[in-house]
Amino acid sequence: MTQATTEASDKIVNPVEQYLRTERIPHIWCPGCGIGTTVNCFARAIDKCGIEREKMAIVSGIGCTGRVAGYLNFDSFHTTHGRAIPFATGLKLANPELNVVLYSGDGDLIAIGGNHFIHAARRNIDLTVICVNNFNYAMTGGQVAPTTPVNAVGTTAPHGVVERSFNLPFLAESSGAAYVARWTAYHVRQLTKAMVEAINKKGFSFIEIITPCPTLYERRNRLGDGLARMQWYKEHSVIKNGAPTRECDIEFQNEIVCGKFVDKDLPSFLEVRNAQLENLRREGIARS
Amino acid sequence: MDEEQATSAALSGVTEKSSNKPRGAVSIIVERCKGCGFCIAFCPSGVLTLSTVFNDKGYHYPEVAHPEKCTGCGLCGMYCPDFAICGARLPRGEAERKE
Amino acid sequence: MSADTNGILTGSHYLDGDHACSEGAIAAGCNFIAGYPITPSTEIFERLAWRFPATGGTFVQMEDELASSIAIQGAVWGGAKAMTVSSGPGISLMMEHVGLAAMSEVPCVFVNVQRGGPSTGLPTLPAQGDMMQARWGSHGDYEIIALCPNSPQECFDLIIQAFNLSERFRVPVMFMMDESVGHMTERVVIPAADQIDVVARRYTKLPADEYLPYKPGDDMVPEITKAGEGYRIHVTGLTHDERGYPVMDARCQRQLVTRLADKINNNVDEITSFVEDSVEDADVVVVSYGITSRISSKAIRAAREKGLKVGHLRLIVVWPFIEQRIRELASKVKAIVVPEINLGQVVLEVERCAGGHCKVISVPHAGGAVHDPQTITEAIVEAAR
Repeated sequence: MTQATTEASDKIVNPVEQYLRTERIPHIWCPGCGIGTTVNCFARAIDKCGIEREKMAIVSGIGCTGRVAGYLNFDSFHTTHGRAIPFATGLKLANPELNVVLYSGDGDLIAIGGNHFIHAARRNIDLTVICVNNFNYAMTGGQVAPTTPVNAVGTTAPHGVVERSFNLPFLAESSGAAYVARWTAYHVRQLTKAMVEAINKKGFSFIEIITPCPTLYERRNRLGDGLARMQWYKEHSVIKNGAPTRECDIEFQNEIVCGKFVDKDLPSFLEVRNAQLENLRREGIARS
Repeated sequence: MDEEQATSAALSGVTEKSSNKPRGAVSIIVERCKGCGFCIAFCPSGVLTLSTVFNDKGYHYPEVAHPEKCTGCGLCGMYCPDFAICGARLPRGEAERKE
Repeated sequence: MSADTNGILTGSHYLDGDHACSEGAIAAGCNFIAGYPITPSTEIFERLAWRFPATGGTFVQMEDELASSIAIQGAVWGGAKAMTVSSGPGISLMMEHVGLAAMSEVPCVFVNVQRGGPSTGLPTLPAQGDMMQARWGSHGDYEIIALCPNSPQECFDLIIQAFNLSERFRVPVMFMMDESVGHMTERVVIPAADQIDVVARRYTKLPADEYLPYKPGDDMVPEITKAGEGYRIHVTGLTHDERGYPVMDARCQRQLVTRLADKINNNVDEITSFVEDSVEDADVVVVSYGITSRISSKAIRAAREKGLKVGHLRLIVVWPFIEQRIRELASKVKAIVVPEINLGQVVLEVERCAGGHCKVISVPHAGGAVHDPQTITEAIVEAAR
């Protein structure tokens, strides 16, 4: 049943609807999960970014966020755990006309996928990496991740995390990313704008999005439901565009620094390679 | 006034003369809702409220309590993780007809 | 269709197996390689880094074999013809993605230049210890095709066949070389492009609203497409239906997984390839593959000089296995002798298919060298008794 305010509102079209595989909605994400919120931002970003829809490809890994590929009505690829980035690298190199967006979670991209993450950033492959960070491995029941802050709990650290956690913007910048930003799922407008910038940016663009996982991380750490967390993000995030990424650590229940931290013009992998091919053509080594 | 300006006006509580105030409307797909409450909390105009009844999955979904307050900012739609609600500005002619 | 003329080095060459394999891949139209160096396969990779600018291919050295084995699949979905190369330890890392290629039906080639194992083993010395891994290395039920060249010339010829089979059946193909064949230098004749038969990828011509990415044709193989054509496909390693969407139930599992198996098993006659010599009236048949087939030929000559009637069956395609032919032979011959540079892998298949109708004798070798032909001759003589 659809409820509407006025008879005019049946003319209201949700901007996200055309980008969804609507036959698969409702999706599997929990009440209060922030992933769907990020997808709304993504849909609005696509409308604004001017990229031809049929040339956009979505690549995901395994995990809750990894399911995004299945729900978005594009050429979409749900790959193996941690390997979305190398898959996307192959896809992009084989068809440079494609605009390849990676949409995956913190565990998939940074833990098992960590090695591929740093190398793709190093190569400055022209990819947009959207990393939804909910501080745990949600799909498998709430184990800790390399992003879980010290002293937080998870099923595999029931007495509290002792390992230091990654500072993702710092990791991305140090590995060579051309664009680095962090927002929370609360910051829908800024996030949409960041996605537009990242999609249009040449080179390796990275956006970390802090989102609630009310069923697991939030519940086990007694941080309230999804709404409580969104309100907490509103009150405890600090926007510092251009902040040095080394100062963007996230400590348990401490402020979250958000903003656009890095936006550089760096030659992408394909640009450098194509320049080399051009030279080789002039020398008669490469084919025209 | 463009969408960005309208939103910040709504958020800051500034009201305008009724003939210039943008009017909006909301569309809700009740069966998709999982009762997270984001739309109700983040609507800057207090348009929505939690229904007392359930959808088929057992969730309380949002209801429009104050349609006249809707500015069509669309924030409800941006926040909804389940793609269950969407708001938009009504065309100017519609808005005036509602006066 | 015939090969693209660009970059094919038509003529007579003196090449080792690794280099011949690279040229064969180019002749087959391979235009993408993602890989990681590992002895004794590295030269295949290096040669393509050098040659691809001339042939129009894309080369990328990835950070590890996990990345390489999935980058080639991304490339295939981008429209490329792709392969990767490795050896034991790297192939082990790639196994998850062999499964992904089988499950999502991606045509691609994995070259394994086998070396001594297990683990780091003998990086510079031959073995044939990965034969069962080629078949069973990834988890779950799936089928692959595996070929075994026994010379540099075959490294050229058979890699083309490997690509053709992968395109024909939308399946990953394991190209099972070994260090001997890879590092031996012999004459390799590369024909003119129009004499090389290349199977084209079967792209769908259906419009987007009719095309179902995993709806099979009558041969159980679905037509394929690529990203950027407006089909908005979904590809996943999860069990999926004809639309490619995940469906988590036993019925979908049965439909999908049995079709993937039948796709290969029901087309065994079209896929398998073997060479027989004097098998018809033999008392003992030697079943061999790869480099061991050359040693076996010498051993068989020695046995025949002793008056024994010995046949030779050389497997070119090892997987799917030639169950039917072995069954037939087992009821006619006294014994089948299976020499391999491992502790007995393909011999298990021969035993299984022989069903006890004849003796099956393994001639194992732990690896690091080829057999002394004498050991195979002795086994033949013993078998004939």
